[in-house]
Amino acid sequence: MNIVVCIKQVPDTQDVKMDPERGTLIREGVKSIVNPFDLYAIEEGLRIKERMGKGRVVVMTMGPPQAEDALREAIAMGADHGILISDRAFAGADTLATSYTLAKSIEKLGSPWIIICGKQAMDGDTAQVGPELATWLNFPQITYVSKIIDMGDDRIKVERLTDYGYDIVESSLPCVITVNKEINEPRLPSLRGMMKAKKFKAEVWDSSSVEVDRRYIGLDGSPTRVVSIFAPPVKKGGEKYHGEPDELARHIARKLEEIKII
Amino acid sequence: MADQKLIVIVENCTGCGICEGVCPYGAIEVVDGIAVVYENCTFCGICVESCSFEALELVGGEGAEKKEAPTGYSGIMVYGEVLNGKLSRVSLEILGVARRLAEKRKCDVTALLIGNDVKRFAPDLIRYGADRVIVAERNDLDRFVDERYADIFSKVVEQYRPEIVIGGATAVGRALFPRVAAILKTGLTADCTDFDIEEGTGLLLQTRPAFGGNIMATIKTEYTRPQMATVRPRVFKPLPPENREGEIIEFHCDGYSPSFYKAVIDVLVTEGENVNLEDADIIVSGGRGVGSKENFKIIFDLAKELNAAVGASRAAVDAGWIPYPHQVGQTGKTVSPKVYIACGISGAIQHQAGMKSSDFIIAINKDPDAPIFDIADLGIVGDLFEVIPELIKEIRKRRGN
Ligand SMILES: Cc1cc2nc3c(=O)[nH]c(=O)nc-3n(C[C@H](O)[C@H](O)[C@H](O)COP(=O)(O)OP(=O)(O)OC[C@H]3O[C@@H](n4cnc5c(N)ncnc54)[C@H](O)[C@@H]3O)c2cc1C
Ligand SMILES: Nc1ncnc2c1ncn2[C@@H]1O[C@H](COP(=O)(O)O)[C@@H](O)[C@H]1O
Repeated sequence: MNIVVCIKQVPDTQDVKMDPERGTLIREGVKSIVNPFDLYAIEEGLRIKERMGKGRVVVMTMGPPQAEDALREAIAMGADHGILISDRAFAGADTLATSYTLAKSIEKLGSPWIIICGKQAMDGDTAQVGPELATWLNFPQITYVSKIIDMGDDRIKVERLTDYGYDIVESSLPCVITVNKEINEPRLPSLRGMMKAKKFKAEVWDSSSVEVDRRYIGLDGSPTRVVSIFAPPVKKGGEKYHGEPDELARHIARKLEEIKII
Repeated sequence: MADQKLIVIVENCTGCGICEGVCPYGAIEVVDGIAVVYENCTFCGICVESCSFEALELVGGEGAEKKEAPTGYSGIMVYGEVLNGKLSRVSLEILGVARRLAEKRKCDVTALLIGNDVKRFAPDLIRYGADRVIVAERNDLDRFVDERYADIFSKVVEQYRPEIVIGGATAVGRALFPRVAAILKTGLTADCTDFDIEEGTGLLLQTRPAFGGNIMATIKTEYTRPQMATVRPRVFKPLPPENREGEIIEFHCDGYSPSFYKAVIDVLVTEGENVNLEDADIIVSGGRGVGSKENFKIIFDLAKELNAAVGASRAAVDAGWIPYPHQVGQTGKTVSPKVYIACGISGAIQHQAGMKSSDFIIAINKDPDAPIFDIADLGIVGDLFEVIPELIKEIRKRRGN
């Protein structure tokens, strides 16, 4: 039974900025990292295996060859196996094409028990791949999971974060869950894991080894297209006050009155 | 078909590096005075447009060239989200922007309600801008179950064929919309902050922040329908309600029998404090500077005084002073209230990513060099434990007058 964790390599967003004068991206020194939310997904996969005493944690990523580094990090944390889905034909995928390709890869892998994604990826911030993946697979989905309450071979009960609190949700397995950072505290790589990661070579799947309908992959299979990028308006600081607390409080209160809050 | 290539026409390339700068994927670089394309190129074509020397060309992918959008789709559909027996404010905000788009596109606006006992919200939707409301009621739709809602939603779209479908980028919207988009095999743009209709093509231009708000991207869905998007709450304002005429249509949809089991068995509403930060007019946020769980009382006190929601930085959440649903920022919530009051928060870029788009930012911080002051409309250099009690007094005094 496979515990599949989908992870993505992303640029460290705090490094990605625009040069406001030239309207171009500044990329010098941008590091690649494992999408932060995906670390919680990996951790939860490992915990399921430990708690249940069974299952195989398989991390999967679609991306260019260097995305193998992301898998390696997961192996160091304790994942059993890593698959890199990589082919020029997959390039340029938006969330629909990405989720399709992942779905077909999961079908190829077989015996899915549970599929875990991060809540969202830090580059696009879309949070769409998880639910779209579930849809392609015709599996149920549970987004924003903050706790697994109970899990068996074919049932799961979780707590999901909502806009008003939490829902308790029950579902049959296999299903796709997306996790937020409340769910756990990701572990650091163990010594053994690091040894294993050193020797790790990802299993690489391309468009001939995964059975795909070419209409749904890569750029051609992507209905959305980015047509332009630009720098957000620069926000500048306004007035700044030093002084006695009561005086400072009056500055705030006056402002709140001005903008009709009080 | 997928064998696309981005070609550098060496004779024309001046090595100016503009393409390198505009590539969102870091896939092109000037090496020894000539642009070189790497294999992570996604053929988005942004560089081709940016090049003033016609040195870049996209070839192949004829499939893409010949694509045409399906016909027979028109109008804008707005998802009316009902949460806990209340119509979400964001639905009204979207009706406002939908009306503006409908004027440009010369089409009408339809609202969609899904749930049990939701028809009563139809008149509100009409007052705020809908020309008609489709109501899908069934007694198994009491609670939001993604798959059931998506099943009905997609059937409504298949029948009524709207050209554009928009909903709120709420917890529900961001679970429901991708499910619907994947059923319909169409494009979806998440968390938009601006829309327009493109001259000539009539396509929806969808603008959204990416990379933690460090860049903005405009996205189009050209060849599939509908064009779908979710909208960040509070970015658009609802129109003033009017007495308008509108049609209410009941949509009957039975026989949903998926091959799996899924149910919401309990709903826990966090009482007392408002955790629905995305919907709040005012947010008072506390950070590491607050110092302890007990001290957070002062933040809650001010929030109560202003009828505000309480936010927090990651540091405060990680310290266990306040639960995660209050966290604002890149790994928490993205908010844009009228007023955001940051207390004891330094304003790290990851925090800013979640609150930069607030209308008015007030920062209370002891350190005059804290980065939060770079974006605060009103910067207060002071001790929050001294300023907040005074502020509460001052507010009461002014209200008393
Ligand atoms: C600013 C911005 C906003 C966006 N908003 C939306 C949105 O609202 N809706 C939406 O649907 N999409 C959107 N997207 C796209 C969305 O972010 C991506 O779909 C999502 O991030 C998943 O893409 P990805 O995993 O392919 O990653 P990417 O960051 O696109 O990078 C990985 C890509 O490299 C490709 N690649 C390169 N070389 C190879 C190789 N040799 N073999 C295989 N693959 C290779 C991979 O296939 C993969 O497509 C947006 C993109 C940007 C830049
Ligand atoms: N290219 C990819 N390969 C594997 N998993 C991905 C990929 N893109 C997105 N995911 C998964 O989907 C989640 C949501 O991503 P997104 O929809 O892009 O915000 C991520 O946290 C990952 O778990």
